[in-house]
This record gives sequence, structure tokens and C-alpha cells, in this order.
Amino acid sequence: MNKQGLTPILHIDELSVSFGNSPVIKDLSFDVFPGRTTAVVGESGSGKSVMSMSIMRLADMAGARFPSGRILFSSGAGEGVDLLKCDQEAMRRIRGKEIAMIFQEPMTSLNPVFTIGDQLCEVLILHEKRSRAEAMVEAERLLVLVRLPDAKALLARYPHQLSGGMRQRVMIAMALACRPKLLIADEPTTALDVTVQAEILNIMKDLQAELGMAMIFITHDMGVVAEMADDVVVMWQGEKVEAGAVEEIFSCPRHPYTRMLLAAVPKLGAMQGFTHPRRTPLTVLRNGELVKEGDDRQQDTADYTVPPLLRVEDLSIHFDVKKSFWGRTTHRNFAVSRVGFEIYPGETLALVGESGSGKSTIGRTIQQLQESANGEVWFDGKPMSKMKLAERQRLRREVQYIFQDPFASLDPRRTVGDSIAEPILTHGLLDRGAPTRRRVGELLERVGLSADMASRYPHEFSGGQRQRVCIARALASKPRLIIADEALSALDVSVQAQVINLFMDLQREEGLSYLFISHDMAVVEKMSHRVAVLYLGQIMEIGKRTDVFERTAHPYTQRLLSAVPLADPSARRQRVALTGEIPSSIHPVNAPPALNPLREIASGHFVAQERV
Amino acid sequence: MAFAAPPRLRRFASLEFVLGFLLLGGVVFCVVFSAWLFAPPGQISLSTRLLMPFQDAAHLFGTDALGRDVLARVAVGGWISLKVGFLSVMGSVVFGVVMGLVSGYYRGIWDMIVMRCADIQLALPFILLAITFVAILGGSLTNTITLLIVSQWVQYARLVRGSVLTLREREFILSARAIGVKNGAIILRHILPNLMGPVVVLMTLNVANNILLESSLTFLGLGIDPTIPSWGGMLAEGRTYLQTAWWISVFPGLAILCTVLGLNLLGDWLRDLLDPTGRTNR
Repeated sequence: MNKQGLTPILHIDELSVSFGNSPVIKDLSFDVFPGRTTAVVGESGSGKSVMSMSIMRLADMAGARFPSGRILFSSGAGEGVDLLKCDQEAMRRIRGKEIAMIFQEPMTSLNPVFTIGDQLCEVLILHEKRSRAEAMVEAERLLVLVRLPDAKALLARYPHQLSGGMRQRVMIAMALACRPKLLIADEPTTALDVTVQAEILNIMKDLQAELGMAMIFITHDMGVVAEMADDVVVMWQGEKVEAGAVEEIFSCPRHPYTRMLLAAVPKLGAMQGFTHPRRTPLTVLRNGELVKEGDDRQQDTADYTVPPLLRVEDLSIHFDVKKSFWGRTTHRNFAVSRVGFEIYPGETLALVGESGSGKSTIGRTIQQLQESANGEVWFDGKPMSKMKLAERQRLRREVQYIFQDPFASLDPRRTVGDSIAEPILTHGLLDRGAPTRRRVGELLERVGLSADMASRYPHEFSGGQRQRVCIARALASKPRLIIADEALSALDVSVQAQVINLFMDLQREEGLSYLFISHDMAVVEKMSHRVAVLYLGQIMEIGKRTDVFERTAHPYTQRLLSAVPLADPSARRQRVALTGEIPSSIHPVNAPPALNPLREIASGHFVAQERV
Repeated sequence: MAFAAPPRLRRFASLEFVLGFLLLGGVVFCVVFSAWLFAPPGQISLSTRLLMPFQDAAHLFGTDALGRDVLARVAVGGWISLKVGFLSVMGSVVFGVVMGLVSGYYRGIWDMIVMRCADIQLALPFILLAITFVAILGGSLTNTITLLIVSQWVQYARLVRGSVLTLREREFILSARAIGVKNGAIILRHILPNLMGPVVVLMTLNVANNILLESSLTFLGLGIDPTIPSWGGMLAEGRTYLQTAWWISVFPGLAILCTVLGLNLLGDWLRDLLDPTGRTNR
């Protein structure tokens, strides 16, 4: 019995999990109640996923051992079963039927060779012993339940024909197939766009109320927690540091780690009233105490008195996707259509948009990783199409690219020193040997690492450290423009806050310009001088950050802003109703998408003619 | 550049390395110095035919049906077998890996040409190819090795092409391109080291395979002069005496086993040594 007078459906008692000799979870205890959502929050390495895999006993396969503790699960009345004492055969009956799970990656958790109907039916036939015909009817009902339009036709489709959001809804439908008592959702919306995330969260909340099930919601996103949770468990390095009701955690967090986590979350709207981006001090945890570090200053580095460093004019990029029998292109993906913007020295321009908006394609074209179909890119007053080979190679020195995934963008077989030295040696900036080695050491120190780390391999670093290595490499050739393609998205919030400050410090000291490609509105608000909002390869709104965020003129921008979950449980709101998926940007060759001409509504604030 | 990792002595001197080195090194040593170590194997002496092993100090591994010393024949026969095994594999690795890299990295017309050649190659039955080859060029050691290279480079080319296709989309390759690294340097520095793992495994398998293939070819009269001893040839000869004189085929068989086992162990060791993450399960 507990404070609400409810019996917990899941009671975790002093659970410890270890892999080999290394303990991953230490003495974790918490309860999950029917009809309520318990959010488990923590950064990478906190053990939150191991916890969920341990409840399902899927961690056994990875070699986990459980030295102590109990996981009591009571599906009905009376004493529950200890899941740690069940054998795998007994667990197999519980999995999917009593406890269901949703994973992060909707792209890979459906089997590509079976139809949606087949996969939904499999669960129903397996656990509920239904006939195939019955199962099909039930499958259709489930798809309606997760608000998928045209459910009947969808049953015969294959996973690749569905968008990410639709697939995740199919995953939810599959998880709910046997009306589980407990649903474990492991970062279910992390891989999705904000508007799609908002929709999925709404569906999950409604379904929970309808079915009265308990939910464990694992996430790193404080905004999502505030939106979804009733109770919160904060995990740090395998231990529970704090637990309580969601309002309590957000209004008066007690543990310093929780306070640091909350302080690190960028809050949408926090920049109201400031004309420039602001570098804010960092709240860090030192010896169990919270300390503020670094200065608080305006980032007034942008210089608008000189001509722009980069000017993009009428840029169009498309990919051929479908060919006729005779090899003639019939359909094209019009990834970018007539986009234009400029970036001034010392300025940060953010390109925001959801997946498929063409924001990365633009970045890659500027970096010459992609050919453009039309339009021109001017760098330092020179058109790229007129540049000779040597000048183009020089451009690769002056423009640097930072990728989203610091795990994937470093060669695993080379030391980080080698990776950082590569641009220096490629462009012959310094002599091989001692001078280069010294410079690599300097660069590593510049990004807050130490020079002797040069001889280590990427796998020896954490995600945040790796992204610092990538930044050091980008700085190595003394560039003037850095394209940061979702460079902060894969990082934990506390690390993200550090890297944001690093970006700002470097901008101030080296006079760098940034093209900051992101989907995260709160980070964009914090970092950028000007913002361009992209939708299906066209600019919907472009202007100063204050204009776009505070005097929003285009409905799509409003939609994006309202979809961002706020890290404040008292501010839960009914969102702008979102309907449908983002349409495809693939069109027949002879019918390209219509263009939305931009109109200037205030000085420097352009908005597309409304069509969406 | 000189950002060498701290010495990895522990991994360098692993059990795999020591065992593999002893096995393969021992075999190679015996083969290379056979002329000084053992009596010349050619002598036929019918008075001492089919001697049991370990009975006579002069014939430690016994003698075969014609009274020739098995130990000496194993040692000398190793020359042919090791040459065929190693040279054919090295040849097909070099050719196949280069072809695979070119077709996988540059795609387009190169990919078309290389892969169509590979398809044609795969469509030809090996025996047919061997007969045609020998009919035109005649049987010799060089021709046997060339034949094996011609028929096996495809395996490496396809394996490498597949790996390159996935690697070239990885972000670290993309970021090297973004820095402005030239294609050749990207292939040599970033792609090649990342795909050597599976190539090394295939190599070790093929060495053993080719030692045996050589004997099949010789057996069919498509290989080298059958009077020159080789491990595969000895296995084939000893087959008829298997019930009465097991040693004729068992000792060359053991030699092949030691070579292959040693090679596999060294291959595993090399793969681990090349992989800085050391993720291999043990």
C-alpha cells in the first residue's frame, strides 16, 4: 500500500545488475502504479535502459547478472511473481502479454519482409490463440486505436512504405495488442520529429487513460518528462538519486544532480527580451555542490557592416528517384527549391526544420559533398561555380563540417590525434611531425581536452568528448565558417550545454560564422543570431531570432514552436491540433512543387506566402 | 603521423600468436631447410617399402609403397603446397581487393565492368576453366597458381565491394571528404584498414582450400608434374593404402592441419591487433 492507497503493479526492490564484474545498477528501488506513468530520467550511462531490459529479462542475453534484489510484478490480485526468479520460458509468456515494450528506433524494430498486418497478427495468434481471421479484425481495430488513417489498407502495407511516425504508432499498436498491464517505453519519441513526437505523446497519454495501464517511460528529455509523467525517478550512474511526483521534482528538486540537469535544459522562451544570443554560465556539479561556471554575456559577434561571408542564391537540389523503362527520369525528390540566405562574419544562422526539409542537403552542398541543380553559392564574394579546382580545395579548408553523430564521424581505427591532424596535413598547413603534433595538442586543449589524449582511439572517449574532438578537427584548418549539422542532437543535456558554450566562446575568439542546422527549437533560440525555417525544401520564414521566435508570422513556425515539450509540468497545454504527416517531396519531373514566394513583413523578416 | 597508441604488448604476445607462430613457423622451417635436415626423398628402395613409422631412425615417419621416406617427402612436398597456397591467395587478395575497392568506391562504369567480369567468372565451372587453361598454357606451378588467382579473385572483390558500399556512406568517410582529403588517401587510410578483418578470415580459409585444390588438379592431370611430391598429391596416393599403411596419408595431412591451424590463429591475432577497440569476444 502507498500514499494513493494503490497496490503497485511493479515493485522493484534493491535491484542490482552487473555485467561481468562491473556493477551497472546499484540498489535501485521504485514502484509503478496502475494507471500512472513513471518516468525514468537519466543521461547516457545512467543504467536506465539496462533497468528496462532487466524487467523484461532481456538483459540476460547480453550477459547481465542480478546479484541482489527483487522485481515483483503482480498482474492480478494477491502476491506478485518475482521476475528475477522466473525462467526464460515463463518470461516468454509474460513478455508481450503482461508487459510490453516499445523501442526507440521505429525504423529497425519492424521486420521489413512482413506486412504490418502479418506482424500484428503474429502477436495476437501467439499470445491470445486467435484464428488468423479474428486476428486481422483485431489488428485493424488496434490501428484505429492509435489513430492511423485508412487502417484496413495499412494492414497490407510493408514497413518501408510508412513514415517514422506511422511506424512508431504501429509499434504502439503491437505493444497494446494483448492489453498489457504494464507498458515500457524506452525513448519512444527520441528519433522522431517534434511535431510527430507531440502527436505520439498525445496518443500514448489518451490510450493510457483509456486502458488504465501502467507505464514506465524512459527518456533523457526533461520536456517529455514534464509532459507525460506522474512520478519521476532520476537515475545517475546506476543509482536512483531522487524520486517523487513530477510537480515536486520540477518545482523543488532536492538532489544537486537533478538541479544541475534541470538547469542545463534549454528552455524555449528563455531568451525573450534579449536581442543577441546569450552565453550563460554553466551549472556544474563539483564534489556534490552546485557551482556556476563561466561568464554571462551577450554574443554580439555578428558584423553586419561588411559584405556577407556566405551567400546562397536560388539554390535548388534534387535527386532522381524513379526511372521509366527507357531510363528516363520520371520522378524526382525536390529536396531543396530556390533557397537563398546569407551569413555574415561572426554570425550564427540556424536552419531549422523537420526531417525531409532539406536542411542537411543545403549544408552538404555548401561543403561540396553534393552537386546542386541550380543556383549559386558565393563564398567571400566569389561564386563557387566559377572556382578552379585549387580554389575549391581551399574552400574545403575555410568551411568545415561537424556531423551529428560523434560516434560515426571519427575513423575507429585511427587515433584522434591522427584524425585532428588530417586537415592540417591534407592542406599542407604545417610540417609533418613536431609542429603538427604541437598544434594538435593545442587544439585538444582549446576544446577542453588534454594534449596527451591525442594517442587515444575514439572508442575510449565519451560522446561529449568525441564531439569535442570533432570540433577540434574542424578548427584545425582555421576555418571561417563551420557547418554544424545537428551537432548537439546526440549529446546529453548537460554535455550539450557545455558544447553550446564552447561554440559561443570559439565564435567570439576566432570570429567564426556558423551555419547551425538543427531541429531543436530551444537550442536554436539560445545560439543563433538569425533563423531560417525550412519546410519541404523551401524557406517558410527567415529573419532575426527575435522576429522568428517572438513575432512569429508563419503558421508552420508556430506549429513547430508549439510542438516543443516544455520542461514545466504546470504548463501542460492542449496543443495546436496537428493533422497528418509531412507530405512527400517526391514529385513527377514535369510537375515540380509550387513555390511560395517570400514577402518582407518587417526589415529583414521574410515570410512565405501562406499555403500550408 | 606519429600518434602511435601506447604499446600493446599484452595483446601482441597473446596465446594465439605464440601457438600460431610455433605451428606455422615450425612447418615453414622444416620445409625451407628440408635439404639440410632430411635425406633426399627421391630414392626408391623396394626392400624397405611400407615401413611403419617410429621403427627405424632413418625413416621416422615410415616409408611409402615405393620405399621412399615419408618425412623427407612431406618436407620437400611442402615447397609446392606452401607456394601454391600462399602465392595464389596473395595474388587473388591483391587483385580482388583492388578491384573491389575501385568498383565499390567509384561505382558507375567501373563498378559495371568489374562486376560483370565477376559474374562471368562465377558462371564458368572451375573444372572447365582448368581444362581450358591447361590445354592452352600447359601444366606448371606458375599456371596452377595463375589459374587459382583467376578463379578466386572474385570472392575478394565481392566481399570488399560490399564492405566499401556500406563504409563509404559512413560519416567518418564523409567527414574526410568534407575536409578535402583526396580519394586515394581516403581509400588507403580510412577504407582499407576498416575492411581487412573479413578479408583476413577469407584468406586463411582459402590457403587450406588451395593446397587441397592443387592436389585435385594434379590428380586430374591438370596440375603440375605428378612425380614432384606435394602434400595434396601424397594424400591422394596414400588413399589406396589407407587400411594397411595409414602413415602415408596421415603425415601430409598433419602438415596441412598444422599450417592451416597456425594460419588461422595468426589470422585471428592479426585481426585483433588491427582493431583498436578490441571488441572481439574471447
